[in-house]
Amino acid sequence: MSIDLSQFHQVFFEESFEGLQVMESSLLELDCENVDSETINSIFRAAHSIKGSSSTFGFAEVAEFTHVLETLLDQVREGARRLLPEHVDLLLQSVDCLRGMLTALQAHETVDTAQSCVLTQAFNDILEGRQPTTPSVPRSDDIDAEQSVADATHRTDVSAGEQDAAADAELITWHIRFVPDINLLRTGNEPLRMFRELAEMGELEVQVDAGKVPDLTGLHPEECHLSWDLYLTTTRSQAEIEEIFEWVVDDSDINITATAGVFSGGVAATAGTTQETAIAEAVVPSAVASVSEAPATPSPATAVAGTGDSAAKPQASKPAPAAGAAKSSESTSIRVAIEKIDNLVNLVGELVITQSMLGQLGSEFDVSKLQKLQEGLAQLEHNTRELQESVMRIRMLPISFTFSRFPRMVRDLSKQLGKKIELKLLGEQTELDKTVMEKIGDPLVHLVRNALDHGLETPTDRRAAGKPETGTITLNAFHQGGNIIIEIMDDGKGLNRDKILAKARNNGVIGAEEVLSDEQIQELIFQPGFSTAEQVTDVSGRGVGMDVVRRNIQELNGSIEVKSIEGEGSTFTIRLPLTLAILDGQLIDVGRQTFIIPLVSIVESLQPDMSLINHVAGGCDVFRLRDEYIPIIKLWEIFGVEPRTTNLAESLLVVVEVGNAKVALVVDDLLGQQQVVIKSMETNYKKVDGISGATILGDGTVSLILDITDLIHMAGVHQQSKNGLKLVASKTRAA
Amino acid sequence: MNAAEERAYDNSEMDVSGRENEQTDQYLTFIMASEEYGVDILSVQEIRGWESVTPIPNAPPHVKGVINLRGTIVPIIDLRQRFGLEKVEYGPLTVVIVLKVATRKGARVMGIVVDAVSDVYSLAGDDMKSAPDLGDHVNTQYIKGLVNVNNKMVILLDINELLGADTIPDVSINAIKELKESQH
Repeated sequence: MSIDLSQFHQVFFEESFEGLQVMESSLLELDCENVDSETINSIFRAAHSIKGSSSTFGFAEVAEFTHVLETLLDQVREGARRLLPEHVDLLLQSVDCLRGMLTALQAHETVDTAQSCVLTQAFNDILEGRQPTTPSVPRSDDIDAEQSVADATHRTDVSAGEQDAAADAELITWHIRFVPDINLLRTGNEPLRMFRELAEMGELEVQVDAGKVPDLTGLHPEECHLSWDLYLTTTRSQAEIEEIFEWVVDDSDINITATAGVFSGGVAATAGTTQETAIAEAVVPSAVASVSEAPATPSPATAVAGTGDSAAKPQASKPAPAAGAAKSSESTSIRVAIEKIDNLVNLVGELVITQSMLGQLGSEFDVSKLQKLQEGLAQLEHNTRELQESVMRIRMLPISFTFSRFPRMVRDLSKQLGKKIELKLLGEQTELDKTVMEKIGDPLVHLVRNALDHGLETPTDRRAAGKPETGTITLNAFHQGGNIIIEIMDDGKGLNRDKILAKARNNGVIGAEEVLSDEQIQELIFQPGFSTAEQVTDVSGRGVGMDVVRRNIQELNGSIEVKSIEGEGSTFTIRLPLTLAILDGQLIDVGRQTFIIPLVSIVESLQPDMSLINHVAGGCDVFRLRDEYIPIIKLWEIFGVEPRTTNLAESLLVVVEVGNAKVALVVDDLLGQQQVVIKSMETNYKKVDGISGATILGDGTVSLILDITDLIHMAGVHQQSKNGLKLVASKTRAA
Repeated sequence: MNAAEERAYDNSEMDVSGRENEQTDQYLTFIMASEEYGVDILSVQEIRGWESVTPIPNAPPHVKGVINLRGTIVPIIDLRQRFGLEKVEYGPLTVVIVLKVATRKGARVMGIVVDAVSDVYSLAGDDMKSAPDLGDHVNTQYIKGLVNVNNKMVILLDINELLGADTIPDVSINAIKELKESQH
């Protein structure tokens, strides 16, 4: 099967740039002292998505680079590594770098990997516990010269000739990371003097990191925002080097490490970058002499530096504006079959005829024409419904748009993993809403990758298990009622019950004593951070994914289930509404207000039998429905509405289900069911807790649509507590 | 709204009013607790009678609810309550002024409930006096300026400041009183 993937590139770029945006804003939000796990998770997820989709499209450079970045994030996320400000800087630089790479790819240019190499090196250094060389990689997309000058890497090669004699003694290259306090200059210390002294000890190479220098407007000339990486090759001891920093050691960050080789690695790499991006660079052979002579160029950078930095006189040269400047701002568009349009035109024609008929009827109406009026209105209703369906159909696209990215991905991955895999696509012509399609892409990628990596065995294992060598992954889509069902099936080894249980006990997701049914165990894989893969591979196994997959699908008002038989394979079933614009709703009354519950989430509605209701200490009522105990949420209480009655016996219970968590909502009355058009509350107001949107009822009034997931959250009833609740409930009953 | 947009917004205002009457802006004024307030007429979309609203759960008291304005969901804000004034029963004169408010997230349509609509004045920029600094405890950010019309003080409101932010500025009856006193 050959599919031209380039037709989906635009989508990939849009998604990736969005992801980078998320990363950037989250990184900026991050407080290193107090790392918010949700923020770090969202950064991680964005990186993971970019990695995933870029490898799908064969942009290996991007995928490789993101992988390194992601490894660091993963460690931070797991709490294995403390996030330092340097890491954040590095990550931000990587975001810039990735953006540059993607922009180049979008413009069909070759990717400049010099930047990413440097950053990769830095990440590897951190990961392996070495002191990072903290490359200050210039941002290629900087447009104004001032900024680029300030950001530029000023390097000063200092070679002190007099020290040549000492060369035959044992030469060690020391790496000194010097991050001074912001008040360094105010306390009367002069970094330049220190460097001069260092230069007398041996061969010195200085790199300045001006990345933290604020805008000119926000800059105070007496503040020191610079930090330095010094490479000193000398015979002197560490103590002697430390002596030089004696006066500043108290409030500055100084790290002296011996590096094995001569400073070739990091420096050589940065040199490449610096040249290519045409950044202000000054190599001053005999620093001591020229430093003092360095004229005070009236360029902002010198003004900024004015201190020790003036050693490197920036030759302000504008970096060539990146191709990204001319980035096409394509609006999203949709392709519609001509026959759909024709159909629409016909329907509008019919509508006009009906309208003129009714108009004529109305102008000379008397009671005898009542019959005709009713007929006319019936026809109008018929026309309107057809027109509505037709218009909706315009937004519908065949799912092949999403499916067609998989053959390439499966081919590449199977090669990489050494597995033989056949991909079967069924029901490619099944149509679904464009918005739904865009949002289902990522979850599907995750699921297919998981199936490839964890589900299917290697040919050897398969032979041993008595199965054909080639594994099969089947993607199937079909309509069922008002829903679209997407199935991802594999004939691999299935979910390993014991492994999942062990991992869950390990993670403390479930207690050691708890006995779970097969379904409950399979349900566990949707928990955050849950992965049983022993080794983290490029493909999957970081435990991101399943929880995100489920959340994404739930955001679309859909659901996901897994059925797995050990040794025979797994099937993931995704159920999605056909469109996001219209929803089947159940109208309910609470007090004097009418709300709408999405029909898909309703399991059943009933009149409660008071003998089946128990009050659990702590304020939660539970209702026993057959074998299950279901928490009761009083809508009037949550929404602050005056109820008709506070007596449960006179109310009705609507049992709703989201992601296998059931709750019973207390309502005063059940009204009719109808299709409602979803209107956003956020357009003119803001997100309201427990409400997913609003709609307009037949009489023109506004009615609010309940957000069940949110409601459960608000009521403090979590999915995880389901099992716990069962225990509590049964104990209460026993008492 | 960023600065550039803000300028554009201001300019457009000037263009329209400038054609009719040079150097003046038109303001729609309304009455609330016997004080007269004015809003830029170009931000007024329409004036409606009070009709019942759908309350929003757990919303602050000054947010009365939402209405259906020809298919759009529009929140209705009681300006009296927003200003900390005494709440009154809505009567036949109670009106809802539907305004287009520029926020950081783009234009929003909102309705404000006021006692009654009063007049439309053309005011030159020179007539406007900036709100006096009343100290830390009175927030005057939402006041664009004060104008004397027929020996009556009209408080011109900056609706973008007043309704654009999600937070409720510290607005109280005392602020208005102090404003009045400082004028005399």
